[in-house]
Amino acid sequence: MDYFLQQLINGVTLGSIYGLIAIGYTMVYGIIGMINFAHGDIFMVGAFIALITIVALGITAATPLLLLIAALVLVLVIAMALTAVWGWTVERIAYRPLRGSFRLAPLITAIGASIALQNFVQISQGARNKPLQPLFQGGFQLSDGAGTGFAVQLSYMQILIIVTTVVLMAGFTFLINNTSLGRAQRACEQDRKMAALLGVNVDRTISLTFVMGAALAAVAGLMFLMYYGVVDFFIGFVAGVKAFTAAVLGGIGSLPGAMLGGLLIGLIETFWSGYFSVEYKDVAAFSILAIVLIFMPEGLLGKPEVEKV
Amino acid sequence: MTMTEPLLKVRGVETYYGKIIALKGVDLDVHEGEIVTLIGANGAGKSTLMMTVCGSPQARNGSIVYAGEDITTKPTYEIMRTGIAQSPEGRRIFPRMSVLENLMMGGMVAENKYFEDDLKRVFELFPRLKERQHQSGGTLSGGEQQMLAIARALMSRPRLLLLDEPSLGLAPIIVRQIFEAINELNKTDGLTVFLVEQNAYHALKLAHRGYVMVNGVITMTGTGKELLSREEVKAAYLEGGRH
Ligand SMILES: Nc1ncnc2c1ncn2[C@@H]1O[C@H](COP(=O)(O)OP(=O)(O)OP(=O)(O)O)[C@@H](O)[C@H]1O
Ligand SMILES: [Mg+2]
Repeated sequence: MDYFLQQLINGVTLGSIYGLIAIGYTMVYGIIGMINFAHGDIFMVGAFIALITIVALGITAATPLLLLIAALVLVLVIAMALTAVWGWTVERIAYRPLRGSFRLAPLITAIGASIALQNFVQISQGARNKPLQPLFQGGFQLSDGAGTGFAVQLSYMQILIIVTTVVLMAGFTFLINNTSLGRAQRACEQDRKMAALLGVNVDRTISLTFVMGAALAAVAGLMFLMYYGVVDFFIGFVAGVKAFTAAVLGGIGSLPGAMLGGLLIGLIETFWSGYFSVEYKDVAAFSILAIVLIFMPEGLLGKPEVEKV
Repeated sequence: MTMTEPLLKVRGVETYYGKIIALKGVDLDVHEGEIVTLIGANGAGKSTLMMTVCGSPQARNGSIVYAGEDITTKPTYEIMRTGIAQSPEGRRIFPRMSVLENLMMGGMVAENKYFEDDLKRVFELFPRLKERQHQSGGTLSGGEQQMLAIARALMSRPRLLLLDEPSLGLAPIIVRQIFEAINELNKTDGLTVFLVEQNAYHALKLAHRGYVMVNGVITMTGTGKELLSREEVKAAYLEGGRH
């Protein structure tokens, strides 16, 4: 039981990170119908920007707690803003010129953009792992493992990740459902031409979608960095594939789907590693994706194509 | 014809779909306060003209001047912010948005302070929409969607309203209601209306002036009454389907 609880905590933490990245995939797919394969690398860029900012500000575990928190909020804002610029740029350079061209074209430039980002970071930051000393240590001991010999830990870091994710996702859901920007985004998703006929600047709305996805990926990047304490130029590939899987599992194009999918992939991966074998955790995640897609081709929360009259 | 500058002035407009020409030099005027209708056979280019006025697609040659400003090459979203609204062919309701949200989309270019009043007004015009305000657009009946498309266009407080076949697929009684509503908006609010219709008889009766389009060119124009009495019009567009 204790072991189970621990896996659950770890799984939810990992799932939070995947979920935040998955939102970027799902929103871009929703609005322009393409998979932004460079999104995983945007996440990686976000993690690096966060790392550079942390080092530049001289933040360490020795920083007094209040100051530490304030500094991290600053890091978060900087990372979100700069990563958003990257997301915006990728859209402008790699995707917008090809809008309206054949379907495969943006997919190819997406892969190109992904490689370019990886190589850029590899060259400018070096190919080796970049470590970060833990900023928060300790946590709550939920069970001391007296009976079972297994102590359950909920670390402060995990709390931070889960709480931040929940807050961001709630805010984001509100934005999409209840603001005029969110409505414009959904309108572009459903009928771009009509949206333009109602005065929506479609290009700008698409840009903003990339910007928002990138900003969330930056949050995920910062949390990944603080949780694992190490980043390299290749983390975007692995995390990107997982988050993409999460988006498809939840139903690509669906916002709650991306969140649910992220959570599930995180849980599956953690439980599989915990109970079976670490080596096959990815196989487990992908197998479940395959099975779900066989029975629910739209994903768990995907919407069936609504035919227009 | 009055001497004042028309609200919408279309001159020599040519529109292409790829290499295929759809409008072959169209001239047309809509004056402030008028109801003008455009009739023509299927594929004549009526919807293309409506969309060209809105810049989607843009005219390759010729000019479109609205309220004294050349809008020929403006992007669609800018044109739609200058007081032009369209209820397009096929209605194009956002299927996964509620009726209310569809109307909010319509009101996006208008100032927020008018929203509640405008909403009340379109609900008075189409009480049906009020009952259905939380239903999603995609599940409305065809007629309800048509009402919503018109209401959505009105929410932007247009000066010039473009309606592409507003009576399509509607029961005769609803058609009458919609035409009455158009007439009312024109009389009381001075709304200028440019209307494409298959239902030529009703449209020509309602309109101050009309144009007939054949194969991408305007072939006839005159007041609604004049056109209704022309033999060519009767033969081609009024056969059988009057009233
Ligand atoms: N997107 C498009 N691509 C290519 N050709 C098009 C496109 N839209 C319209 N056309 C062609 O342009 C011509 C004019 O079409 P349009 O829709 O303007 O006709 P219409 O007068 O509105 O007809 P209807 O009464 O059937 O609505 C037609 O020959 C049509 O096939
Ligand atoms: Mg048409």
